[in-house]
Amino acid sequence: MAEATLAGRRPRRRPAWAGLAFSSPWIIGLVVFMAGPILVSLYYSFTEFNLFQSPRWVGLDNYATLLKDPKFLGSVFNTAYLAIIGVPLGLAFALLVALALNFPVKGQPLYRAIVYLPAIVPVVTASYLWRWVFNAQYGYLNQVLGSIGLPQPNWLADPMWTKPAVLVITWWGIGATAVIYLAALKQVPQQLYEAAAVDGANGWQRFWYVTWPALTPVTLFQLIMGVIAALQIFAPTYLLTQSRGNAANGGPGDSLLTYTMHLFHNAFVFLKMGQAAAMAWILFLVIGLLTSFILLTSRRWVHYGSE
Amino acid sequence: MAASDVIRAGRPGTAAGSGPVPRPRRQYLGRRLTHHLILILISLAFLAPFLVMITTAFKTSGDIFRVPPRLLPQHWIVGNFAEAVQAMPFLRYLANTVLLVVLNVAGTLISCPLVAYGLAKLHWRGRSAVFGTVLGTMMLPAQVTFIPLYLLWDRLGAVGTLWPLIIPAFFGSPFYIFLLRQFFTGVPDSLREAGLIDGASELRVYLQLILPQAKAAIATVAVFQFVATWTDFLLPLIYLNSQQNYTLSIGLYNFFGEHGVAWGPLMAACLVFTIPALAIFMVAQRYFVQGISVTGIK
Repeated sequence: MAEATLAGRRPRRRPAWAGLAFSSPWIIGLVVFMAGPILVSLYYSFTEFNLFQSPRWVGLDNYATLLKDPKFLGSVFNTAYLAIIGVPLGLAFALLVALALNFPVKGQPLYRAIVYLPAIVPVVTASYLWRWVFNAQYGYLNQVLGSIGLPQPNWLADPMWTKPAVLVITWWGIGATAVIYLAALKQVPQQLYEAAAVDGANGWQRFWYVTWPALTPVTLFQLIMGVIAALQIFAPTYLLTQSRGNAANGGPGDSLLTYTMHLFHNAFVFLKMGQAAAMAWILFLVIGLLTSFILLTSRRWVHYGSE
Repeated sequence: MAASDVIRAGRPGTAAGSGPVPRPRRQYLGRRLTHHLILILISLAFLAPFLVMITTAFKTSGDIFRVPPRLLPQHWIVGNFAEAVQAMPFLRYLANTVLLVVLNVAGTLISCPLVAYGLAKLHWRGRSAVFGTVLGTMMLPAQVTFIPLYLLWDRLGAVGTLWPLIIPAFFGSPFYIFLLRQFFTGVPDSLREAGLIDGASELRVYLQLILPQAKAAIATVAVFQFVATWTDFLLPLIYLNSQQNYTLSIGLYNFFGEHGVAWGPLMAACLVFTIPALAIFMVAQRYFVQGISVTGIK
């Protein structure tokens, strides 16, 4: 019997201990570093807790306080701005770059490497580098903008322009997304283009009816990952608003105080651990809701191939 | 495959967006030049900030604070590098960062393939539930566990040390487990079964038969983890509080805090900090591309 199973294509059954043993690092880590802390964090979110005294139960007070906190509401606005404007435009930009990278020319790997390069630059480097590039007086960006007759905003000092500046930095690191799009473009069956050409489709029609539908599953994946990342953006805004001798302060008019930055301040600067925990849970909830919303609406625009 | 595809690229499947109808040769040349021109402009946009970093690192402060700015220095100097290294215990930070990277990569490579194999090739009750948690935790914002974890490490007396930045790697991370599991799923069952028939233990089959098959996937995970640890800012910011344990990220962060406008030395330090990440990328480029593509598509 055992021989028959082995010879056949059915995988051989083994006792559960082997699978459990192999997966045990994850399972132990899950309990110690996630499940436990998740429960504790939920409890903290209903308490007043400053590290030095033991947590005191306050029910929903933290959540109520947050809704009246102008800094909290501001951080929600700033983060929503970065997610709602930044993610879709960033995806569109990555797709355009991927379409260019897919041109049938020699040297494609080199161009691809150049586009990917910024994605592996340490965030500390990227942030300081762009601080210097954005410098209104000595920076290059405004010089370039000026030389082609465009306005030269005071990027990091004018609350109107700080968020666009952050978007520029995140778009600089779009390489990974472009590479994913490029891989997806290469999987579009050539016969479809030929069929479309036979039907007399022009370039735009070929893109809209052949290329884009094939890219929608990847776009869905990127959209969800992008939104989750944007809602948690921390390091670039933190490093852009750090001032000499001081910790990061959210920039002019708190225009770069993002959600996780306010959470971080609450937790480790003001030691309002309960409020910080409540913020984390609101974030978790919002991420869950947004993800489900995107997944639900995706049925209308995501096309899965017959494969 | 249309003949025009061969003419155009010499390799099929790369011609999306351009029509398969044959065109005269001259038009091809024009089109090729346009393509290169677009790609060169894009490349310049992505490279320009690097050029600014590199040239600023070699500038005197007179060159740096010039209006209007000039890209190339009038006087090339290397003093900024010496200044940056002397202004902070640079070698100490470098050693800490290297130690973190080595242990994180080691931990990741021990734990993640093991778990991924257990989830891909072994059949056991609860497997899909455990795999579900792998996928689920990819959506869990790290901020939820920030505070309890900080307190946990605090109780253990480890806040301020490198341990909180090392230990978790040995328990696997969902992204890599997912990536490796995708890979292991493609390894034929017959390989494992052949090993078992020959009387090898499950662990031996894994170590001697399966892992060698997975070299490319493991290399991919290793380079991702290298770069992730090398460039990390948030966790060191939370856990490190004494200079002797700072990483380069935190060292630079503090350098900026103290010397704010010393752009020459700062850019020199940033350049030195960035080079290892760029170097590993040059060496392991195909693994980056593979890993990125696989995770995006499947």
